[in-house]
Amino acid sequence: MSDLLYGEIEDDLRSGLRGMLDQRAAWPEVLAGTEKDEPSDAALWDVLDEIGVLALPVPEAQGGAGASWRETAVVMEELGRAVAPVPFLTSAVIATAALLAAGDELVPQLASGDRTAVLAVPFGTAPDAPLPAVRTSGGRLSGEIRDVADALAADVLLVPTPDGLYAVDAADTTRTPVISLDMTRRLGDLTLADTPGRLVATGEEAVRAGLTAGAALLASEQLGLAERCLEITVAYLKTRYQFGRPVGSYQGLKHRLADLWTSISEARAVARHAASCLATGDADLPVAAVLAQAHCSEVAVRAAEECVQMHGGIGFTWEHPAHLYLKRAKADALALGTPSHYRATLARLLDLPPS
Amino acid sequence: MSTAPPDAEELQRRVAAFLAAHDPAETERLDFLRARFDAGLAWVHYPEGLGGLGAPVALQHGVDVAFHRAGAPDNHPEAIGIGLGMAAPTILAFGTEEQKRRFLRPLWTGEEVWCQLFSEPGAGSDLAALGTRAVRDGDSWTVTGQKVWTSMAHEARWAILVTRTDPDVPKHRGMTYFVCDMHAPGVEVRPLRQITGEAEFNEVFLTDVAIPDEHRLGEVGEGWRVATTTLMNERVAIGGRAAPREGGMIGVVTGLWRDRPELRTPGGHEELLKLWVQAEAARLTGERLRQQLAVGSPGPEGSAAKLAFARLNQQISGLELELLGSEGLRYDDWTMRRPTEVDFTRRSPGYRYLRAKGNSIEGGTSEILRNIIAERVLGLPGEIRVDKDVPWKDLPK
Repeated sequence: MSDLLYGEIEDDLRSGLRGMLDQRAAWPEVLAGTEKDEPSDAALWDVLDEIGVLALPVPEAQGGAGASWRETAVVMEELGRAVAPVPFLTSAVIATAALLAAGDELVPQLASGDRTAVLAVPFGTAPDAPLPAVRTSGGRLSGEIRDVADALAADVLLVPTPDGLYAVDAADTTRTPVISLDMTRRLGDLTLADTPGRLVATGEEAVRAGLTAGAALLASEQLGLAERCLEITVAYLKTRYQFGRPVGSYQGLKHRLADLWTSISEARAVARHAASCLATGDADLPVAAVLAQAHCSEVAVRAAEECVQMHGGIGFTWEHPAHLYLKRAKADALALGTPSHYRATLARLLDLPPS
Repeated sequence: MSTAPPDAEELQRRVAAFLAAHDPAETERLDFLRARFDAGLAWVHYPEGLGGLGAPVALQHGVDVAFHRAGAPDNHPEAIGIGLGMAAPTILAFGTEEQKRRFLRPLWTGEEVWCQLFSEPGAGSDLAALGTRAVRDGDSWTVTGQKVWTSMAHEARWAILVTRTDPDVPKHRGMTYFVCDMHAPGVEVRPLRQITGEAEFNEVFLTDVAIPDEHRLGEVGEGWRVATTTLMNERVAIGGRAAPREGGMIGVVTGLWRDRPELRTPGGHEELLKLWVQAEAARLTGERLRQQLAVGSPGPEGSAAKLAFARLNQQISGLELELLGSEGLRYDDWTMRRPTEVDFTRRSPGYRYLRAKGNSIEGGTSEILRNIIAERVLGLPGEIRVDKDVPWKDLPK
């Protein structure tokens, strides 16, 4: 059985990160950032690089820290709590996992923070879904890919083609910013027109590895987000009085929060299992990653929806962080495939056919 | 007057005679609307002289249809819903003859827009805890406080306003209801931006606003009773709209399903049909509610309609995003627009999802509506009340 607990190193990592993010990515700054032109928080990304968390899953031989995806998952939890606008999921998880699978020379550059890469697929692409049709001719790529997460924040775009995965210099492409539901992780539309690329890997294996790692660890982001929603809602319900009583004294609300806490406890176990399987290359990874997405997406959305609802009117305003969590939670539920898609995948993996 | 109120046939005769005397093509819009009001054909169930003829409310629809068919201008009811749905019935029920004559005609024609100054930052579900103070000074009152969630405040000429006039008695007893001049000195309106990016609503700050006593609605200390009348009408207005099959949010998603075969999945199909069944059940319930209203008065059933409307809007708009996948991650516009009405259909799916979150908060939260159903409809014992006999000023806040 996988190790579902947090180790001492992970606890230390968490507390250091949380302190830093409380300072550098407090919600008013994150909210203000959603209305700026910059596609992500470059200064925060530099801090993450300095403290070495971009290198966590990369072996020391490839310029990494030689930790594992388990520690990376803790980073995802904390970044999810803060809805931090950095390309960690896209570059430090999905692209890094794809490049590790390909054994590519870009790995050390990503680990050292010298370059940022994203996988050029629509953000809703599940690990087992069809890939966009980009044409190749003599090492040059042409085609359009919509809804690529963090496309504007990347230096390198990893583009899947029928020949295999290519690395393309982002500066050689046309990237159009997309007004996104979640402005803390923005999309871009990508146009390749006879754009030079370097073949990174043949086949689809590297892409699938990247997306699977993304699915497995997105669950940790969803967990962190859900925990934050529960925390601020509980705190609010203790201090908000209506009818002469703290709102949290009403059983109708208390029971819903107790149910949410129960679901989050399950989400933690599910997310830890996925991270652990990814870290050790466990044979249960295909099921663990799919389970993580089928479960944690819905828990995070419910937590964020309850956060808005239980805050009442103030939770529906721009000047309260609840909407940052709601938009991230719903966007995460669509990212890398919907829960409905994952249930169908699970049915195949478990031999539970629909009819 | 001892004559019987007009029946449907008589009303159609009067509409025809009115149209013969006021050709819609030849008459200026406001003149037409004022004349229609004066002829008692505005809201036929209102009394004579106040835009009506004392006819059954059920006959209104036929009158509206007849005017519509003749190409007559209407009073843009969707833009003046607060006046028509909340202020007018309250003024009719509690206003003096003078107030009714002063306010109802320009309210109905839309010449004067109304807004509602009820909710406060500290008084949402517990509206009766409100703290905006009105202090009497001879024939006038001085009002100070903050109101919130006020749609149309930036367009409004008048507001219906509930205030605290006696902090020394339990909260329900110390309130007084006024009509507030939104152009009076000391009234400041600020946009309140919501999670969709736009600002439909406002915060309204009242600083030493003078309100003449003749603009009081109902007796001093009777404000809660007056406000309750307003709120029952609000719940009906939000929940009880007529819609054809697949008319509301469900129609957006059934349209998407029919037009975009590539989005179809077995899981989405099952979910869509579950929601279709629930939406149709809610639609028929709404239709039944309207039929009840036509023969009686609004009751607690309006709470059930609004509860279902909010839940369905949220679930259906959530499904729409999931069906769209990556496309659902796009939004249309985060700029702070100032819309005067909610239009779910002309904005992006993300907007529908976010805006629908407000449906279970605005106009009575779903939690409060469930309490109303449990206590008023089912007769279950109420929550233990700790605030009933405590002077307002001593309540924990």
